[in-house]
Amino acid sequence: MAKTILAVDDSVSMRQMVRYTLQGAGYTVVQACDGVEALELAKESRADLVLTDVHMPRMDGINLVRELRALPDYKFVPMLILTTESSQEKKVDGKRAGATGWIVKPFNPEQLLSTIAKVI
Amino acid sequence: MNLDPEMMEIAKVFFEECKEGLDVMESGLLNLDASADRETINTIFRAAHSIKGGAATFGFAEVANFTHGVETLLDEMRNGKRAITPEGTQVLLQGCDCLREMMAATEEGRALDQARIEALNREIGEILAAPGVHAAAAAASEPPSTAGPAADERAAAGAQAAAPASAGVGAGWRIRFEPVPALLKLRNEPTRMFAELARLGELTVRADLGAVPALADIDPESCYLAWDLELRGEVSKSALDEIFDWVDPACRLTFMPFGPQDAAPAVAAPPPAAIAAPAAAPVAAATPAPRPVPAAPAPVAAPAQIAARAPVVTPAPVAVSAPAAAAAPAAAKASAEAGSIRVATEKVDHMINLVGELVITQSMLNRFADGVEPEDLERLRQGLAQLARNTRDLQESVMQVRMMPISFAFNRFPRLVHDLSRKLGKKVDLRLTGEGTELDKTVLEKISDPLVHLVRNSLDHGIETPERRLAVGKPESGLLELAAFHEGGNIIIEVRDDGGGLNKAKILAKARDRGLVDPNQELGEDQIHNLIFMPGFSTADQISDVSGRGVGMDVVRRNINDLGGQVQITSREGHGSVIRIRLPLTLAILDGQLVRVGSETYVISLLAIVETIQVRKDQLSTIAGRTELFRLREEYIPVIKLHEMFDVSGGRQATEDGLLVVVEADGKRVGLLVNDLLAQQQVVVKSLEKNFRQVRGLAGATILGDGTVALIIDVPGLIDRNSADELRAGAARAARSERRAVRAA
Repeated sequence: MAKTILAVDDSVSMRQMVRYTLQGAGYTVVQACDGVEALELAKESRADLVLTDVHMPRMDGINLVRELRALPDYKFVPMLILTTESSQEKKVDGKRAGATGWIVKPFNPEQLLSTIAKVI
Repeated sequence: MNLDPEMMEIAKVFFEECKEGLDVMESGLLNLDASADRETINTIFRAAHSIKGGAATFGFAEVANFTHGVETLLDEMRNGKRAITPEGTQVLLQGCDCLREMMAATEEGRALDQARIEALNREIGEILAAPGVHAAAAAASEPPSTAGPAADERAAAGAQAAAPASAGVGAGWRIRFEPVPALLKLRNEPTRMFAELARLGELTVRADLGAVPALADIDPESCYLAWDLELRGEVSKSALDEIFDWVDPACRLTFMPFGPQDAAPAVAAPPPAAIAAPAAAPVAAATPAPRPVPAAPAPVAAPAQIAARAPVVTPAPVAVSAPAAAAAPAAAKASAEAGSIRVATEKVDHMINLVGELVITQSMLNRFADGVEPEDLERLRQGLAQLARNTRDLQESVMQVRMMPISFAFNRFPRLVHDLSRKLGKKVDLRLTGEGTELDKTVLEKISDPLVHLVRNSLDHGIETPERRLAVGKPESGLLELAAFHEGGNIIIEVRDDGGGLNKAKILAKARDRGLVDPNQELGEDQIHNLIFMPGFSTADQISDVSGRGVGMDVVRRNINDLGGQVQITSREGHGSVIRIRLPLTLAILDGQLVRVGSETYVISLLAIVETIQVRKDQLSTIAGRTELFRLREEYIPVIKLHEMFDVSGGRQATEDGLLVVVEADGKRVGLLVNDLLAQQQVVVKSLEKNFRQVRGLAGATILGDGTVALIIDVPGLIDRNSADELRAGAARAARSERRAVRAA
């Protein structure tokens, strides 16, 4: 069965780009526009990987990761943060919240896929 | 860059999004001052951040680079490293403009305005270079750089690294990896890293079981193993860094390049015990030890493959998007070019409901297909009433689809007023009300420019300088109000200011000077005020680049008339002015007055009709033996005989005992001679141009209840045509003075 990826980004174009790339590679993609929506969707059905932007309204990516990690279902689910921040700070924040790793924007489809292939 | 068609579609979405993002940034910046709350600056920052990220992802490097500067400045403001100053805000606003232009150029494939970009970049750079709030903190802050993961420095890896993989056989790395117990909880699967390492070269993995506790003490989610790895092959340090990039900094990780003594590869087999021992733990971690190295690691997914699979995913260009069009200020202009409308899902759902109702009614009426018994009559009547209601609701609902909130037109004003008042040295508070008022998309697009003109005028001519205001006892800041609301099936838009109002004496003098009014003609207050709508009129003492050259107000009025609307001004000297625009809700449906001309039925827009009167012969006079004038109280208005104009047989030959429908457009009135007034009703406007060809004097056609076609009179067109004939005394005079004015200008 195709692996399900929960892609979270407040930008429609980024979401579409991510979805297009991932679906093309055979993944099932569930999309959310912010942390709050993502958390709801995540509770409804378990994703095999969570890919989230950092800066989003309502709930940002770091908090989303933290909230998800607290759920028994998501204890070991890989979570990647998508960020333009190349600063160590955001990465450390992400790690602390429980993120598996990060993808630094900009990335091209191949980079996205190869990074995802590392974790699932 | 080259994007496949699917990505091009997504890039279009990105462009739309950028426009929205820039609007968000702009309105945020306009509200940004030292007292603004954190959320304001955060919102601005997020918008800039998304634009940068998207631009970089879609390969618009210049946009991304430019946005980076803007973002850095915003970030410093956000973190309190830099004070929020009017100058900074101004530069950021210019940055928005520049970005908007860059996006448009990118989208259209034009060259970018490098000079402008550089100039702004320099300005932003200067602000960033200046010492911030905490000079020291700012200096220590990270220098702007878009550098990738390579910039990442790892504390634990601090060792060696000096030697980049020495070339030659026998090159490689000795890696010691002592993870923290929580490694697995952080989802840093060592097996994954080892698998990746194995792809780079020949890998030997040896697990160090030294730290494994007694079985009873093992926490299944903790990692007790450490590893010694040997990786043979030409592998760069950065490749290793990348693999261990995500590893928690608390893990101990050392890389030692092979020395000469390692030239002969000492193959150390991993002790099998390593794998067997902590079987309880999910540390099957050590399993994928030495692994055959694939000769050439295949790229995970070639772009071509992705493109080939394109049809699988077809994200429609979001014609119908859930987060209500109202909330998303999509650039109305852009969507006009694309000819599409964003419609709130709610509206579509409502329509679907109504169609459902209609189907129910239809099936109800269907039962009468075989004939109606007398006792069915009541039910039939009910059914028809229901049908009428459904149809009306459905029509309304469909019309709603074209409706957009006026905020689309209003949104540009905060910025405009901000910039303009700065330029003019005036202080102005802008108040917008009724932004949610909806009107037809076409009307909305066409009203935008006239509104800009009116607002500019109010700022330039209406609102006084702060000194002057204080001198006359008004608050220092002027108030400019834009209000939209419904009134009797029309939309009213008002532009109000509390400025100096119109100076009657000055207007009259100017109008006389320009020959727009006869020197000895007496005019009422309203008539004087409305002179400002005459062509070639401008009261600005000095022509500025703000108020233009007096070619404005007449154009404003013409544009509004073309939309089937009216504009009026009322003003109190010293207290301000109110410009009131009345617009039809939509262009697709018209509130019409049906009139009979001979054997034909014509439709006249109710909005254009001033009054209708019975004509008496003694009220008519003829000039040039042909054109008849009707004396309406103190004014002479030309009479247009519709039956003559449209060559209708059976029309009245003599003007008397007909009805004269007085219509107004462009500030001019004419009387249309008709035989009878018929019903007033809403008519659906059908384009003549599309179905036949353009006919002067006609705005379109409609189909009446009995199936006949009625033509709709184009009142502004008719009046234009009439005045072009130059046969009408007033028109001739106006035209003469227009020419004079043009010469004078």
